[in-house]
Amino acid sequence: MSKLKTLVSEGAGKINPISVSDYVGIGGYEGLKKAVTMTAEQVIGEVKKAKLLGRGGAAYPSGSKWEHLLHIPETPKYIVCNADEGEPGTFKDKVILGQLPLKLIEGITIAGYVFGAKAGYIYVRGEYRKIQKQLITAIDNAKKANYLGDNILGKGFNFDIHVISGAGAYVCGENSALLNSTEGKVGRPRIKPPHLAEVGLFLQPTLVNNVESLASVPAIVLLGGDEFLKVGHPDSGGTKLICLSTHSAKPGVYEIPLGKVTLRDAIYDPELGGGVKGGKNLKFFHLGGQSGPIGSPALLDTPYSYTDLRKAGLTVGSGAIVVLDESVSIIEYLKGVTEFFIHESCGKCVPCREGNKQLYAILEKLSVPGAATPADLANLRRLVTTMTAASFCGLGQSAAVALNTAWKHFKDEFEANVNKTPAVAAA
Amino acid sequence: MSHHKPDPNVNVNLTIDGIPVTVPEGTTILEAARKVGIHIPVLCDHPDLKKRAVCRICVVECDGGGKLKAACANDVWEGVKVVTNSAKIQAIRKTIVELILADHPQDCLTCIRNQKCELQTLAIQFGIKDLTFPKADISSKPNIDTNTIVRDMAKCVKCGRCVEVCQEVQSVRAINTAYRSLNYEITTPYDQELIEGPCVYCGQCTAVCPVGALYENDQTDKVWAAIDDPARHVVVQTAPAVRVALGDEFGLPKGAITTGKMVTALKRLGFTKVFDTDFSADVTILEEGNELLHRLQNGGKLPMITSCSPGWINFAEVFFPELTEHLSTCKSPQQMFGALAKTYYAELAGIDPATITSVSIMPCVAKKFEAQRPEMNSSGFQDVDVVLTTRELARMIKLAGLDFANLPETPFDKVMGDSTGAAVIFGTSGGVMEAALRTVYEVVTGETLGSLDFDSVRGHQGIKTVEVDLKGTKVKILVANGLSNARQVMESIRDGKCDATFVEIMCCPGGCVGGGGQPYGNNAIKLQRKDGLYEADKQLSMRKSHENPEVKELYDKFLGKPLGEKSHHLLHTHYSKLGKNHWAKAGGGGH
Repeated sequence: MSKLKTLVSEGAGKINPISVSDYVGIGGYEGLKKAVTMTAEQVIGEVKKAKLLGRGGAAYPSGSKWEHLLHIPETPKYIVCNADEGEPGTFKDKVILGQLPLKLIEGITIAGYVFGAKAGYIYVRGEYRKIQKQLITAIDNAKKANYLGDNILGKGFNFDIHVISGAGAYVCGENSALLNSTEGKVGRPRIKPPHLAEVGLFLQPTLVNNVESLASVPAIVLLGGDEFLKVGHPDSGGTKLICLSTHSAKPGVYEIPLGKVTLRDAIYDPELGGGVKGGKNLKFFHLGGQSGPIGSPALLDTPYSYTDLRKAGLTVGSGAIVVLDESVSIIEYLKGVTEFFIHESCGKCVPCREGNKQLYAILEKLSVPGAATPADLANLRRLVTTMTAASFCGLGQSAAVALNTAWKHFKDEFEANVNKTPAVAAA
Repeated sequence: MSHHKPDPNVNVNLTIDGIPVTVPEGTTILEAARKVGIHIPVLCDHPDLKKRAVCRICVVECDGGGKLKAACANDVWEGVKVVTNSAKIQAIRKTIVELILADHPQDCLTCIRNQKCELQTLAIQFGIKDLTFPKADISSKPNIDTNTIVRDMAKCVKCGRCVEVCQEVQSVRAINTAYRSLNYEITTPYDQELIEGPCVYCGQCTAVCPVGALYENDQTDKVWAAIDDPARHVVVQTAPAVRVALGDEFGLPKGAITTGKMVTALKRLGFTKVFDTDFSADVTILEEGNELLHRLQNGGKLPMITSCSPGWINFAEVFFPELTEHLSTCKSPQQMFGALAKTYYAELAGIDPATITSVSIMPCVAKKFEAQRPEMNSSGFQDVDVVLTTRELARMIKLAGLDFANLPETPFDKVMGDSTGAAVIFGTSGGVMEAALRTVYEVVTGETLGSLDFDSVRGHQGIKTVEVDLKGTKVKILVANGLSNARQVMESIRDGKCDATFVEIMCCPGGCVGGGGQPYGNNAIKLQRKDGLYEADKQLSMRKSHENPEVKELYDKFLGKPLGEKSHHLLHTHYSKLGKNHWAKAGGGGH
């Protein structure tokens, strides 16, 4: 039986991405057509039954998010799609945005219908310049075909979608920073509460969902929540787009059913990653982006589902699976991760701004024989705790996750260069 | 449910470190903890400013859970179990303080905020003995010095209080945060110098900075040198709001009236003559009151707006250049005093004005800027030579080793030392208006006022609107404090929506009691200072400016009459329609 399951990415690469007729030809817009015959509560009921967990990385139940927003009386409400795909090793939203933009547009339009919104925004990573242009064309084409714009499908429902370009800041993938940036403000995260559902874009109630989450909605509506759930894991329905990279023999994006494929399958199955490049041994893998955990080969038999990975101390995160072979030094790898966060920290809170800097300084000492002391390791632990528990936003809170998980599996590498001789000899 | 607006009539029950407490909805965890005697440490938080929650020192645990919450920015909720003091939390807070210290110079002994620094207090509280983390190279950061405000950015802890006060409270936006990560900093737009931007030199940033990154340009050395020079005749004037704030620096109760002790201290410091700015505040009322009557009778520009507050004047010139004709042409009391000291006083005392060093003690940072304006030389010299803030005076008193709290009381020197209650209340929002009303009422109606208290203009609300009945003539007046409120008033004037006749505007929140140069405090302390001023007003036998005998003498012997030729020359000024052309280009007093 195939390890692959095309639910969200059906048709990717096979149709002209901007052609509405091509999209309709593969069953596109059937979800929206069905949705407009349902009440908002009914659509949300299906999303809840589907147990769709947020695909951006936070894994928040989409159904609860939608239900919460539905009960907020203030209008207008906004639909915002987080397409600021900035996690290194993650390029799965790019597949939807670039090859199936109309599926995303359909999902956003269904959300617009559910919440009576007039406008949706897609905040696209700045580096996806070409994709942005194509997305705008796809939106225009959807309007011409009456799937968007005024009086959609003759149902008296008006909805438009705007494309906003990011400018290269990773932190703008954090939803509140993304909204600030969309509003034209500096892209730094907001204080919460109030939550974005209540006080979001332009201070109005707002739904912020990831590309893959919204692109899953047409399938949920069409199949029904129960069927969607069955595709995946009992706790989290549907599929997940995973991204294999670095030392994977077959780097790329694959859609797999949640809970029915193990990490070993994902990395080694010939239909998926096909093993480690050059036949080398796997040393470790890094899941869900730079902000995600590092796992050792001992964990390879964990099923790829939100629940199973969490139990193993891992996460799905963005869907990234960075494969690293035996030639990679864990300390050098973590230096790269930390450098990334030093570059991307917004700088406003102390634990993230100063913590990453000091983490890097200690990692540098750990990479030189005899340079570090046991006190450095203690400080490293202290920094990890402080950054994880006390940082302002998700960026700082997760910046030390890779380091913390690597510590569990590769403690000997951290300790290898530590000089254990007391600095002052006894008289 | 929508974003829930907290209802202060609803009680919330919770426990903090196991102690049950009931507080109104909308109370922060920080405030609730204070109620049960737990002072959670803070650095970026300031009671008068919007929450930013960026230092993360106040983190607490709520209902277990690994992620901590900032106590300053999170409201309590029903049933929550807050832990503020576990080993984990203490270790995290200490780590945060150490992280800040690693990016901060350790030159406490030579820092202007030594012993008054909130970061230093935290370092003591957490018992930090050595620096765990390597110190950053911060020597190359700029120390930008204008004659008014010093920005020592190497000491900046990036708490954002200054940005908050500049943008939200004052609506000036001279500074903002810029760049990211390690380069994140607080700076001016495009990193230009302060003088090139819209800064109005109110100094509110220096009043909220927790460390030694922002402070008034200390000019006490100049004053010591003048005092030490036998050839100099050093006179000093003291603004009304100084006397109710100076005691803060010496452990006296907040708002205590220290006028007599202050005069003694100034004399012991070696000033030749100790005068009172209140004298020229009374002069201001006569000039400004008559100006208002003149405008009313001759179809002049209305509403007329007060001009005592130099930060406000800067603001008007920069942001509302098209409306400067609404400003009273009266100089501020400081500058009136300066012009009179080197003319009237010099003549009476028979001394060469060239030998006078005129010092003023102000609650204000903007008055340093004002004294250096090129037009402020109508005496033939720079009218006021050195302006010291209340904080700087306190430093002089401490350096001289004076036991301020136990000093005897001395009255001001004669000729420019008499004061009325009307002048004393200049130091709080609504005071100038009330003082003017006491005089204008009697001039217009020819009757003596029964009650002198115009309660409706008192207090620290941002904008107060009052209608006064001048015996049949109804006059609408407006009183605003803080520049974001001033902006609202100016926009209504610009849009033709303001029907007031007379407007008082003070730059700083609360008026001069909340001046940028005052001892560090908050809005609650400003209110105590305000109460002190109204108490001082009550204690005085003369409470109306036009009854000040020295002022009468000034007009009889020297000025002639209000708005007369000499007044016009010495006591009135003109404004530049500066717009955003900046002080630097206009040759203003900052450099």
